[in-house]
Amino acid sequence: MSRSSRRLVTVLAAVTVASTLAACGGSNDNGGGGGSTANEASDTGVTADTIKIGSHYPLTGVAAPGYSTIPLGAQAYFDYVNKNGGVNGRKIDWVYKDDAYNPTNTSQVVNELVLKDEVFAIMGGLGTPTHSAVVDFLNSEGVPDLFVASGSRLWGEDPKKNPDTFGWQTDYESEGKIIGQYIAQKFPNAKVGLFLQDDDFGQDGEKGVRQFIDKQVVSAQRYTPGNTAVGPQIAALKAAGADFVVGFNVPAYTALSQLTALQLGFKPQWFYSNVGSDPTLVGALLNNFSQGKVADASSLEGTITTAYLPTVDHPDDPWVQLFQKVWDASGQTGPMSNYHIYGMSQAYTMVQALQAAGQNPTRKSLMDAVEKAGADWKGPGLAPFRYSADSHMGIGGMSVVQISGTSTKELQPVMTTDLGDAKIQAYDGKESTPPSSGIPDEKAAK
Amino acid sequence: MSEPQSPANARAGDELIEETPFTATAAANAPSAQAAGGRSFLPKSTLLRHLLILVLSAVGAVILLEVTDPFTNSQLASLTYYAIAAGGLTVLTGMNGQISLGHGALMAVGAYTTALFLGVDGEPLPLPVIFLVAVAISTIVGALVGVAAARLHGPYLAGATLALAVGLPGLALYFRDTLGGEQGLRVRAPEPPASFTNFIDLVSGNPASGTKWLAYVGVICLLITFFLLANLVRSRIGRTWRAVRDQEVAAELAGIDLGAWRVLAFVVSAACAGLAGAVLALVVRLAAPSGFTLVLSLALLTAIVIGGLGSLLGALLGSALLVFLPPFVTNLGGDFGLDQTKAAQLAPFVYGVVLIVAMIFAPAGIVGTIRLRWMTARAKRAVAGRAAHGG
Amino acid sequence: MQQFVNVTLSGLIQGSIFAAFALALVLIWRSTRIVNFAQGSMAAATSFIALALIHSGQSYWLALVVALAAGFVLGAVVERVIVRPVEGGPELNAVIVTLGLFVAIQALIAIIAGSEFQSFPAPFGLRGFTFGSTTIALTPNSVFVLIAVLITMVLLVALFRFTRVGLAMRASAFGQEVARLLGVRVGRMLTLGWALAAVVGSLSGLLIAGGGLVYPAYMDSLIVFGFVAAILGGLDSPIGAIVGGLLLGLALSYVSGYVPRGSGLVNLAALVILMVVLLVRPGGLFASSTARRA
Repeated sequence: MSRSSRRLVTVLAAVTVASTLAACGGSNDNGGGGGSTANEASDTGVTADTIKIGSHYPLTGVAAPGYSTIPLGAQAYFDYVNKNGGVNGRKIDWVYKDDAYNPTNTSQVVNELVLKDEVFAIMGGLGTPTHSAVVDFLNSEGVPDLFVASGSRLWGEDPKKNPDTFGWQTDYESEGKIIGQYIAQKFPNAKVGLFLQDDDFGQDGEKGVRQFIDKQVVSAQRYTPGNTAVGPQIAALKAAGADFVVGFNVPAYTALSQLTALQLGFKPQWFYSNVGSDPTLVGALLNNFSQGKVADASSLEGTITTAYLPTVDHPDDPWVQLFQKVWDASGQTGPMSNYHIYGMSQAYTMVQALQAAGQNPTRKSLMDAVEKAGADWKGPGLAPFRYSADSHMGIGGMSVVQISGTSTKELQPVMTTDLGDAKIQAYDGKESTPPSSGIPDEKAAK
Repeated sequence: MSEPQSPANARAGDELIEETPFTATAAANAPSAQAAGGRSFLPKSTLLRHLLILVLSAVGAVILLEVTDPFTNSQLASLTYYAIAAGGLTVLTGMNGQISLGHGALMAVGAYTTALFLGVDGEPLPLPVIFLVAVAISTIVGALVGVAAARLHGPYLAGATLALAVGLPGLALYFRDTLGGEQGLRVRAPEPPASFTNFIDLVSGNPASGTKWLAYVGVICLLITFFLLANLVRSRIGRTWRAVRDQEVAAELAGIDLGAWRVLAFVVSAACAGLAGAVLALVVRLAAPSGFTLVLSLALLTAIVIGGLGSLLGALLGSALLVFLPPFVTNLGGDFGLDQTKAAQLAPFVYGVVLIVAMIFAPAGIVGTIRLRWMTARAKRAVAGRAAHGG
Repeated sequence: MQQFVNVTLSGLIQGSIFAAFALALVLIWRSTRIVNFAQGSMAAATSFIALALIHSGQSYWLALVVALAAGFVLGAVVERVIVRPVEGGPELNAVIVTLGLFVAIQALIAIIAGSEFQSFPAPFGLRGFTFGSTTIALTPNSVFVLIAVLITMVLLVALFRFTRVGLAMRASAFGQEVARLLGVRVGRMLTLGWALAAVVGSLSGLLIAGGGLVYPAYMDSLIVFGFVAAILGGLDSPIGAIVGGLLLGLALSYVSGYVPRGSGLVNLAALVILMVVLLVRPGGLFASSTARRA
């Protein structure tokens, strides 16, 4: 945003605040911020009418495909909130920077966000190695480090070590456990092959899966991101006699593994983790190969996966309808994708957190609010967050779904669990629906 | 990378340098910026002169760090690790004529050593000791690479070091139990000592933040490295390197073991890369394979050529370009109303164009081009003076 | 046994793509003594042109021809406008120029076409051939890739060995002054060398894209492996590029398929192979002259 247009926004925001206050007679004070009724510049990055939130994403380079569109989703939702009065009258100023998925760059751009742009909080910083480089810095500076966009356990398992950092999505180990238990119950005779990314994602997923089906695993093959020749790995799974393959891989490798399996005539039952199974994306990729000549074989029909957020293939879902409305209103080009939904969902949680932090939020009140109230927030996530004083882990459950045609059908309702030997339980909460305004209305956390 | 041509070019360049200097290594060949001018207020002795510059630079660095904001401090910290590595590389490439596309991997060696020694249970060794260990280990690796590289020329050397840049980080993935795999090893920088806090308080009264402390650590390492390199380059060793670069046959006839001197040059630059990696690990707070991709090695090469091959000042200026250009372009793009994604995509485009334009219009790099201009102007003045005198 | 066959076949196909890319590097080296790091980005650019045509409903083959033609033009323009000023200058300057070009073109693709994954159609089938009940990792499309690479190599060897243009190109590269004295239009030959190399590079880009995913940086890993393959074979030798590419492809496939967690060791294996070969033969396997100082 240019300097002049930023100034314009500030003026507009001030006008909006004034008119809102006039219209509501100050009724939108929901009691936070120590009972004061006026907006103040209560902390770094917070003025009377703006809140600055920052983040880092790979916008260029090899990791850019897919991930670079997440911040556009968040932008769309923040724009929507801003147009409807903002959070307690404050507009959200969303600043995100490119780190090209290189931790050295991440450290530089997060320095810029914190020291120069003076953001109030970081939201949704993407990637395990990249974000690892800034966790200590953010915690030593006391900057809220909310909703890290990776399923690593690092972000939430030890709040004493990183008190300012919070996870958001279901962690890979819990996902692995839910997948493992499902296979143990429904496919007790399957010979399972594992197709794993050779990093914490694959490792944590494998650990979870093996808790339940260690004896069923006939082969575990690992690929390194960047090495696109997965022929040897898929051939090894086939040679080991696997008839059921669980993939903890990113979407590009879903397409590559499907393609390689097609070459080898390898037809197991596939089960991809949530990260790798964007059916719309992968399906579109696969259907384009060979100009549709192998469309029959390239569809992901029958493939099983997990879900913790609603997806674009369910246009009837009330959350998807809300996000579609938000996306269409944002004026951004192209159809809405699951990456956009991910960004909008994180932005939704962020707005809940800001509301709960009180009328005049401080960094401390923001983090306290997430820790105290976060577990009760209703949002697009299928299962609740696990936030508490002892855990900063995010969404704690998933459903199991099967790809059918251009959509997915549920095979197993949402189950919740946690790291280690925590039990897997059916989630008994009600499915949430978005508020009619499309904007959450959390009370200030006490 | 024209191997058959390059020695000829270099020779021609050397003969011409006094009168009409064209060569790209003009930056390297002039004895040193100060000496070239023959200014009388600088000491005659090289060591004393370099000591004086060192003290002045240290004072300048303190002033710079204390008048700039914390973010600029952090950018300067990044600048130091690029500059330390580029300083070593410019000695290797500019002085000794060997190309390396693999110095990022040697930085990784230094960074991982630092991460391992700082990550031990209990009290880690003092920081200077860890830095020395990092330098020692990367020196050993550098010696191994140097022995292999001494036989190679031009593109073959480039290819071998390129493979080093992409190959070595693979070890960190394979030995993930020790080296942390893809997510890397977190590095917790030691707390600044009380003396540092007191010093900052005394000098400027600014708060002695962690960012500032790391910037000072980087600057101290940079100054020591450049001081040592500057003296080395002006010593017999430096002269021998230049002889090996420019006059292979003559040097060999004079009894110089070309291979051994090439290995030595590689070892010196590897030591610098190791120290740079150690500083990087502290500043970035992480040693991970994704931080040491080919991009890093190529960035270092870019820095020394754009800055002026063979010149330490050039290495510093080239490194500054790496640190300051991308955020500048991104922010400029934002000011012109681009959305943040487009502005971010614009940064590498501008960076690439700057490289091309710089090489076409300033083939001797920043320092080399300025020095050529200055020398040409001086020569013209001298000619004009003579003409005026004669007429 | 079946595993061995499959790992070998995937190595061969991967290797033939390395070889195609290495051929392009050899071509530029032979014509201008420059290693072109921008080759990958230039090839990616022409692949995106082809993709745009395919998306607009044109046939694969028309898109292929247009992309190769675009490669020819791009190579010629790049040589005339950007590389010409640094030719004959310090060798590193040309390296930096091609690096700059590499970064700039890649960024430009992202700005114009976006940085999302897009699938690139293959001209032939992607199912492996079956013999009885076993399927092997050889598809009609990979047969097409192998044949295309071999034909390209034969054409290049013929060009350099049997035509006056080829001879003039080599002369221009080795001794500009002498070539000029003999009446060779050196400038034209250099431009032609770059243009042809860009055509071969574009072909390799299209071959690796076929039945795969493309995005602006999709050629990045190929730059490394293509370069390593070219060096392995000896930068002056088209046959060396093919042998180097196939050897590298096979070796990496075996490492990936037989060493536990070998996928992560692939880059390291490339380093080891290259070092071993270069220690024995510092000019590559097919070095034309072994006479080297020092």
